[in-house]
Amino acid sequence: MTTLEKLKEILCECKGEDIDITPETNFDELEFDSLDKVDIVMQIEEAYDISLGENLQLSTVGELIAKIDEAVANK
Amino acid sequence: MAEKRVALVTGAGRGIGATIALTLAKENTDIAVVDYAPAESAAETLAAIEGAGVTVRYYSCDVSDFSATKAVVDQVVKDFGKIDILVNNAGVTADNLLMRMSEAEWDRVLSINLKGCFNMIKHVTPYMMRRRYGRIVSISSVVGLMGNAGQANYAASKAGIIGLTKSVAKEYGPRNITANAVAPGFIKTAMTDALTDEQKKAMYKLIPLGALGETEDIANAVKFLVSDDARYVTGVVLKVDGGMYI
Repeated sequence: MTTLEKLKEILCECKGEDIDITPETNFDELEFDSLDKVDIVMQIEEAYDISLGENLQLSTVGELIAKIDEAVANK
Repeated sequence: MAEKRVALVTGAGRGIGATIALTLAKENTDIAVVDYAPAESAAETLAAIEGAGVTVRYYSCDVSDFSATKAVVDQVVKDFGKIDILVNNAGVTADNLLMRMSEAEWDRVLSINLKGCFNMIKHVTPYMMRRRYGRIVSISSVVGLMGNAGQANYAASKAGIIGLTKSVAKEYGPRNITANAVAPGFIKTAMTDALTDEQKKAMYKLIPLGALGETEDIANAVKFLVSDDARYVTGVVLKVDGGMYI
């Protein structure tokens, strides 16, 4: 499973519905609130056994994927 | 018929927790009994719950253990598919005058009574959040509101539950998760049965309704707080104490 696929799975579960994402998708468009964002980051951290840091700013899906891949590579 | 709900009740092997579990079972709720004691000691409770026609499972767990509580919550979700209701009932006492209270007595009571609630809420809420539904009830005590000589640790833990409950109510309200506390007064249990008639008389003088409460009185308060009738109730402390603390 690619990082994008895994991320899509987490975002859909959090949203409670099927959503389409591409690396260009901006998180603002997805309208997650602060609770969702904490939940999403924690799920990613658990799934990959990584730490994304306290002050992670979610901008685009592509940027988040790059951060996840970088953290996984540095494990 | 409404969808069957799933409740996780801690300290449900016996006493007030067992009555809460059985009362919810009679409301067509599957029950996950979480208790520190071995399963055999809860056999009677489990049989009674099963008799109500719902599914019940027993999980042995020390609620003060962060990773053990996570494992149990994950297992309950695996077994039942979801958790709709969390009742934090597990609690202990280690009474002593503060001057004589050991660090171990303080730590043990705070760990089980207060950190235990944190552990359970922490691990259960992610599942509730995703389903946009949850009912959390934590059992506090009137002692947490009024204090009690000889119970500094217990009173502090029960007052802490109230602060925790109100914070959780504010944080998770937007996810349709309510968090409330029930504060029992003197309830008839094996502990109060052991009191002398004289001690009981002195106790009754403190209670306007002039009697000890029954475990069913607490269970009925919990039943209300997790029901649809209480869907707009969150962050409250419901005293069930015969008017002992007004």
